[in-house]
Amino acid sequence: MSSVDLGIVGAGPAGLAAAVEARSAGHSVALLDEAAHPGGQIYRNIDHAGAKQFELLGPDYAYGKALTKAFGKSGCSYLPKSSVWHVEQRDTGFRLSYSRDGRSHGVDVGSLIIATGALERPMPLPGWTLPGVTTAGAIQILLKASATVADDLVLVGSGPLLILLAAQLVTSGYPPRAIVETVPLKNYVRALPRVPFNASGLGYLYKGSKLLARVARAGVPIFRDARDIVIEGTKRVEAVSFRSKGRAHRVETMSVGLHHGVVPNQQITRLMRCEHVWDQRQHAFLPILTEDGETSVHGLFVAGDGGGIRGAHSAEIAGRLAALKVIERMTGESQAAVKSLRKKLKRDASVRPFLEALYPPFSEALVPSDDTLVCRCEEVTAGQIRDAVRDTASEANQVKSFLRTGMGPCQGRVCGLAVTELIAEASGRSRNDVGYFRIRPPLKPLSLNELADYETEAQ
Amino acid sequence: MTNTVISDLLVIGGGLHGCSAALFAAKRGMTVTVLEKDEVGQHASGTNAGGVRRLWRDIKEVPLANLSMEMWKSISEIVDDDCGFQQVPQVKVAECSDDMELLADRVALMKKSGFDHERLIDRNEVLSLLPAVNPRVEGGLVSDDGFALPWHTTAAFARKARELGVRIDTRTEARRIQKDGNTWRVTCSDGEYVGAHLLNCAGAWAGQVADQVGDNAPVEPIAPLMIVTQRMKPFCDCVVGTARRPLSFKQMANGTLVIGGARLGRVNTATNRTDVDFSELKHTANTARDVFPIMSKAVIQRAWSGIEARMPDLLPVIGRSEKHENVFHAFGFSAHGFQLGPATGKLVAELIDTGQKAPEIEPFGIKRFSAKPDHSQLLGM
Repeated sequence: MSSVDLGIVGAGPAGLAAAVEARSAGHSVALLDEAAHPGGQIYRNIDHAGAKQFELLGPDYAYGKALTKAFGKSGCSYLPKSSVWHVEQRDTGFRLSYSRDGRSHGVDVGSLIIATGALERPMPLPGWTLPGVTTAGAIQILLKASATVADDLVLVGSGPLLILLAAQLVTSGYPPRAIVETVPLKNYVRALPRVPFNASGLGYLYKGSKLLARVARAGVPIFRDARDIVIEGTKRVEAVSFRSKGRAHRVETMSVGLHHGVVPNQQITRLMRCEHVWDQRQHAFLPILTEDGETSVHGLFVAGDGGGIRGAHSAEIAGRLAALKVIERMTGESQAAVKSLRKKLKRDASVRPFLEALYPPFSEALVPSDDTLVCRCEEVTAGQIRDAVRDTASEANQVKSFLRTGMGPCQGRVCGLAVTELIAEASGRSRNDVGYFRIRPPLKPLSLNELADYETEAQ
Repeated sequence: MTNTVISDLLVIGGGLHGCSAALFAAKRGMTVTVLEKDEVGQHASGTNAGGVRRLWRDIKEVPLANLSMEMWKSISEIVDDDCGFQQVPQVKVAECSDDMELLADRVALMKKSGFDHERLIDRNEVLSLLPAVNPRVEGGLVSDDGFALPWHTTAAFARKARELGVRIDTRTEARRIQKDGNTWRVTCSDGEYVGAHLLNCAGAWAGQVADQVGDNAPVEPIAPLMIVTQRMKPFCDCVVGTARRPLSFKQMANGTLVIGGARLGRVNTATNRTDVDFSELKHTANTARDVFPIMSKAVIQRAWSGIEARMPDLLPVIGRSEKHENVFHAFGFSAHGFQLGPATGKLVAELIDTGQKAPEIEPFGIKRFSAKPDHSQLLGM
C-alpha cells in the first residue's frame, strides 16, 4: 500500500490548485479522479478539446488550460479513471480504497482534501423520467467531450448554468426551441438589493447579461414565471405544458433539458460523518467548515463546490487555501498567502446572495405532486413518502428503511434532498431534525470479484 | 415533559425483543411503556440478515427456536403483517469430506436429543435444491426454516404493540435506574418513568442496564457485517451457509443478495458508530464466490453493520434478575436472536405476569455470569 502526505479526490479547479500548491512546497501528493483527464466537470476534456469546443464553450472554459498545465508539471501522483469507493480514518490519517481498470487498490494519506464538487439538483416533475428528458449538465458534458449538440431542445428551470448552456447552443447553430424559466417574477425584485457593487460581482453580472443578450438576439422564446409544469408523453417525451404569466402553453418537443441549480456532492463527507447543517440560502446541506475548509473531522478538508456552491474561481482559491493549511500543519510554519486568499475568496463570493435570491430551486420540484417518482432506483413516489411520514416515520433514515429510498445504485444522490424536503413538509419538522441518509460504503457499486481479490495489507 | 409515566412494565430497548415482550405483556392486560434511546429497530433488530433459522443452533436454544418457528408460520395473526416471512429451507453445504463428517456428527447429536428438523442430504439433493451451487460440494445439512425482513418485522411488532396500548417513547434514553420501594424509577432526559416491573432488552447496551440493577452481564458489543448486491436473476431460493466457513447467503424477493456471516466491523456504542471493515468482508466475498460461482458477476451495492450484543458463551440472557424479583432480562442474542423474537417475547411476558418460567428459557438465566462468590460470606464474616 503506497502512502503520501496529502490525498486529493477530484481533478476540478479545487483539486488541481490544491495539488499544485502542495507540490510546490515539496510534499508528496496523490490525486484521484474518476475521469480519464484532469479538469473536472467545468474544464472537462480541456487537454483534448478541439477548436470547435473552444469556440462553443468560450474563454471561461479555455481558462482551465493553465490549471491543467501547471498540474501536469507539478509532479503530483495522478490517478485518473480511479473511483474512490471507501474512505477510512486511520491513526496516521486516512485510507482510500479505489477501483481502477477493474481492480481495487488502497492508498494511505496523511491529510485529505475532498474536491468532488457539485451534483445537479434533480428536478422531479411529472414526466421527468420519460426517455428524451435529460439535464443541462448532461448536455454540457456532450458539448465538452465531443462537441455534440441536441437539436430541438426545450430547456426547463433556472440558473446560471441554464443560461450559459442556452448561449452555447446558440453559438453552436442549434439554439434551444424554448426556455421555460421557473423564476417567479417577484424574485427579480427580491434580488435587486443584493446586486454586488464591486469589480468581481459586477464582472459576473456583466458576463451573465452578455449571455442573455446572445440568447435573446437569436430569438429563443423565453416563457417566464412558468408553473404547473408537466412533461407529457407516453413512450417518450412529446411536449412540455405549463402556465406562464397566467396563460396555458404547450410546446411540442422530442427533448427536454432540466436544470434548477447544483448542490454539494456530500457522499464522502457523509460517509466520514462530518457534521452538516442545512443552509436555507443554498437550499441544501453543507458540511460545517472552518474558514480554510477543514471539516469536523481533523485533517479532512473540503475545497470547492462540495463545501457550498460558489463556482469554479472560488473553488480554485479554496483548493489553494486548504493545501496551505495542510502545509502549515506539516511544516509548523504559517503560510503568508493564507490571508490574501481568504480575502479573495470572500470577494469572489459576493455575487452569491444575488444569484441565490434570484434562482432558488423550483418549488414544484422540491415537493413534487403525489404521483411523481422521487426515487428512480426503487421507484418510490412523493405520495408514498408522505404516507410513510403519516405512518410515524419522521426522519430520513426511517423513510429509507421503510421504502428503500436511497438503497439503490445511486446511493441517494437522486432522491436524498427531495426525501428530506418531503418529510420536512409533511411532518413540520426542521430539515436539520429530519436529517439525511446515512451513507454506506462502497460509495460506488463494486464488483464482488474486485472485493474478493482486493489485497489489503494489515497496518 | 415533567410528568411521571406509571406502568406495570417498563421495557428498556425498542428492538424486536423489547417490542415483542411489550406486545405479549399488553395482551395479558399489563400497561407497558417501552423506552428506546434511538429509533425502533435502529440497531441489531433492523439491520441483521433476517435469517429465520433453526439450523445449527446451540442445542440449548433448539426448544425455544422450535416454538418460535411455529409462531413465525402464523406471524400475520400476531402482528397483522406478513413481515416478509418466507418459509424456505436453510442449507449448510459441505465443501469437503471432512465437512460431511462434521454434519453427520451433528445429526447424530440432534437425534440423541430427540430433534429431527435437521437432515443430512447428499450432493444430488443439494444440487437439486441449489442448482447454482458449486458442483464440487459434497452434500449438506438442511432444515425447514426461512427468512424475513428484519426492519419491517420490528416495525410491525412496534405497530401492533402500540395498537394494543403500549406506549413506545423513542429518542428516550434511560439515564438512571433506581429502586423506589417496590417499583423502579427510570430517569430519562425528558421525564421520569415508574414501573412495577422492569425488563432489560437493551441489546448492546444491556450490560450497562444490568449493572445499574446490580446484575453482572459481560456483554460485548459487536458489529456483524453485511453486504447487499444489485439485483440478479433469481437463482437461489434457500438460505445458505457452509459447514466451516462463516456465511449467511440469501436472495431476496427483489433479486438482491444479502450476504452476512459473522465477520465483524468496528463498533463504538457511545456514538452509535460502526465502521465497515472491507479486509474482513473480502473473506465473505470469497466464500460466497466459492459456493456460488455465479457470484463472480455480482455487484456490491452497499455494506453495513448493526450493533449487537455478544455473550461469552454465545447464548442469550433470558429470565429473572439475580438480585430483584421484579427485574427481567432478554438480551445478548449474540447475532442469532432475530428468529427467537416472537417466542422470547411471549415467554418473557408470561414469566413477568405469572411467575411461571417456561422450560424453553430455562438454560438462559443470568446467574451463569454471577460475580465470583463473595468470600467474606463464605468465611462467615
